[in-house]
Amino acid sequence: MSSTSNQPKKNNFLAGTANYVDERLGVAGVLKEFGRKIFPDHWSFMLGEVALYSFLVLLLSGTFLTFFFDPSMTEVVYDGVYAPLKGAHMSIAYASSLDITFEVRGGLLMRQVHHWSALLFVAAAGLHMLRVFFTGAFRKPREMNWVVGFVLFVLGMGAGFTGYSLPDDLLSGNGLRIIDGMIKGIPFIGTWISSFLFGGEFPGTSIVPRLYSLHIMLIPALILVFLAIHLVMLVVHKHTHYSGAGKKDTNIVGYPLMPVYVAKAGGFFFIVFGVIMLISSFFTINPIWNYGGYDPSPVSAGTQPDWYIGWLDGALRLAPTGMEFMIGDFTVSMNILLPLAVSLIFLALVAVYPFIENWITGDKREHHVLDRPRNAPVRTAIGAAGVMFYAILWAGASTDLIATQFKMSLNQVLTAMQISLIVLPIVSFMVTKRICLSLQRKDREVAIHGRETGRIVRLPHGEYIEVHEPLNEYELYKLVDYKDYQPTLARPNAAGKITVRARIRASLSKFYFKDRVSPATQSEIEEARHHAEEIEQEVQKAIESAK
Amino acid sequence: MMQKLKRKLNGLRRSPRSVIAVLFAGLIVVGSGYTAVNASVSSERTVEYTKEDIEYGKKLFLSNCASCHGKNAEGTANGPSLIGVGAASVDFQVSTGRMPGAASGPQLQVKPVQFTEEEIHAMAAFVASLGAGPSVPDAAYLQANGDPTKGGELFRINCAMCHNAAGAGGALTEGKYAPSLDNSSPKIIYEAMVTGPQNMPVFNDANISPEEKNDIITYLVYLRESASVGGEELGGLGPVVEGLVSWFGLLGIIIAITIWLGAKSN
Ligand code: HEC
Ligand code: HEC
Ligand code: HEM
Repeated sequence: MSSTSNQPKKNNFLAGTANYVDERLGVAGVLKEFGRKIFPDHWSFMLGEVALYSFLVLLLSGTFLTFFFDPSMTEVVYDGVYAPLKGAHMSIAYASSLDITFEVRGGLLMRQVHHWSALLFVAAAGLHMLRVFFTGAFRKPREMNWVVGFVLFVLGMGAGFTGYSLPDDLLSGNGLRIIDGMIKGIPFIGTWISSFLFGGEFPGTSIVPRLYSLHIMLIPALILVFLAIHLVMLVVHKHTHYSGAGKKDTNIVGYPLMPVYVAKAGGFFFIVFGVIMLISSFFTINPIWNYGGYDPSPVSAGTQPDWYIGWLDGALRLAPTGMEFMIGDFTVSMNILLPLAVSLIFLALVAVYPFIENWITGDKREHHVLDRPRNAPVRTAIGAAGVMFYAILWAGASTDLIATQFKMSLNQVLTAMQISLIVLPIVSFMVTKRICLSLQRKDREVAIHGRETGRIVRLPHGEYIEVHEPLNEYELYKLVDYKDYQPTLARPNAAGKITVRARIRASLSKFYFKDRVSPATQSEIEEARHHAEEIEQEVQKAIESAK
Repeated sequence: MMQKLKRKLNGLRRSPRSVIAVLFAGLIVVGSGYTAVNASVSSERTVEYTKEDIEYGKKLFLSNCASCHGKNAEGTANGPSLIGVGAASVDFQVSTGRMPGAASGPQLQVKPVQFTEEEIHAMAAFVASLGAGPSVPDAAYLQANGDPTKGGELFRINCAMCHNAAGAGGALTEGKYAPSLDNSSPKIIYEAMVTGPQNMPVFNDANISPEEKNDIITYLVYLRESASVGGEELGGLGPVVEGLVSWFGLLGIIIAITIWLGAKSN
């Protein structure tokens, strides 16, 4: 516990130091505020933390790598211990990555720790984002923090891509070549940007040092800044909680951050660290020595980016061919522009979703109780469609592996995925929405009539009924605690006109809320209970008279 | 001094006489190189076949292969002519179990080998007797004692686009694929290069010399036999498998631990 008294406690070194610091910096107030922040307990609330801790691991392992890594693209003759490359010409960047791998003590482990934690970082951040989406945790007042989180996710992709390109092996060079091609496909400015970025014609000798500056300075610094903003906002907004008795939009239920939570979090950091170490010790990642140094002529089959870039690669692969056309002397490469546009639009929609939903519902209240996904059927269904869309683009990056591993035709796999990319998101939207609505109906049923007990009773007049057991307050609360939005109508504005904007909003509102199941009301529940009691009495009477 | 030399060189470069001289020198170099390579192609030692081998081979061929390739290996609607494909082709096709072919899918599959070495030797002798073609490679080139660095480079330039940089295999169009090279013996690797089975191009001795083929073999054997330095290799399939492991391995384990801890504390 943080001490707040101004009297220095004698014989207590810790308190003395704390007081020393506090008297000069006045941090106790901040710490007290932070320390009393309440943090609820649920595994899905830990995903963001997993991302945070893997970032810490990235910082530590990355710093180790900088001690030995040299990003220069100057050509050298390799003279290290790895036999199949001895005497090969390669860049210093690749040679130093090989030295880290084979000659620096613990170097290979650190490379694997760094790379595995990079994959984990983005995966945890992504799953965390999905949790926030499906529980509606992005609603007021947390819209801005959603955007900050989104920026973090994109920065993570950027950090990963720049890092992946550093060792200058065949795969990383192939990846850069694809980026170079994409950039060059942008009309008018593409070639210029490409030669600016690569310092001339691809691959040149500047790209690795430049990516290195981005990778170890700019991007980590930005991530740290956004992380800080993210966490400060988290403290300011307080954490959300799942619905339940006593949990309201006006309170937070959980443990105070100090000391229970911090102790737990410290332990959790070591769990994350430990699992990363374990996987890194036993599983190879990015065996650059197998790929050879980068040379623009060879291309390897099965060239794939890391998973978080996969969906972009998939978008490129799934783009239909033959769409390019000429304007004058320019070829407009739609096979690059279309996937680029689709990916950017997708990202933009993710970034602004909270504002879209807020505009449609027009809900100005603060929300601290999370939605159960079923209670926001259309949002959940949109999320499912988005996940499906992303997943198919992602799978699209491995069309070749799917074809060889499952003995299918590459062309058929491609066509199947192109169709799926359009059809499956729609299907998952509809299926998810149906499932949500029927779960809601079931909840309503249970809230009103209680839980089925399996006890069948025959009444004196011959009717068979199943006895239902009413829910207790806690269970009931969870089932009825959600806001039932109604579709809004387009209203005329001050000038008496119905604007296009209002019309769009009304039709979106209808799309969101026309199919809905309202929560069981208090009177419905009471009436049902009353009815149930009558039946129970009848049953008792019947039993009595039978005796 | 340097300036003078440069001017002199420039002058030389410009004069028509020097152009002719350069052309001539170039021709000599290219020409003699070509003859040398050609000589190495034809000087390749061939395995000797006896008359009995050819007779026995013909018998085996008639009963096992003629239905598709024709009685005189002239080819039918079901299989190509084998005249001039050489002993190496027969050895490759039959000892990997590709032949006798079985109609299935876009690419003939590798199946359990159906013939003994003597039988394969005999059929190779028969097909070789029909017309000259690549012969079964000399054991000298199959020792995997070449230069793995050069082999690796040649492999990445000539083979990796189909077989993947680590030899893990890859997809081609319409359900065809380049197989993984993990289990191919040096002889099979050599024969694949000289015969170019199905969708694989032929790498004759002018493209890749026998010594260089040995380098490639050395490299592939090294990859296969050296222990993996970084732990379990995940099939050599690269980032896709790594991505799956990071989701279902790393993140999955961590979530499982959190859920377990949560359940314990309640
Ligand atoms: C079911 C029909 C069938 C049978 C039986 C069969 N083959 Fe073939 N064989 C084929 C086909 C089809 C190809 C062409 C494969 C391709 O290139 O796509 C082929 C190709 C070959 C080739 C490669 C030709 C080249 O261009 O290099 C050789 C050698 C060969 N067969 C030998 C044999 C031998 C020896 C047998 C008997 C043990 C045999 N085949 C039995 C169908 C058959
Ligand atoms: C155009 C793509 C392509 C290139 C380039 C290529 N291969 Fe192949 N390779 C194939 C295909 C397709 C097969 C399967 C042929 C079959 O099943 O009949 C194959 C089969 C093989 C096999 C037989 C594997 C086995 O054990 O059954 C070996 C060995 C091989 N290739 C080695 C090489 C080497 C070495 C190189 C480079 C010098 C190379 N390939 C270049 C496409 C290619
Ligand atoms: C923010 C998240 C980060 C991500 C997602 C990330 C990701 C990556 C990846 C995927 C690689 C390729 C690794 C390989 O297989 O060799 C890499 C390399 C590297 N990273 Fe990072 N990294 C991050 C932060 C950092 C930081 C903070 C530093 C330094 C302080 C750093 C330093 C390095 C160095 C030196 C290399 C090259 C080492 C090598 O290739 O052997 N990284 N990074």
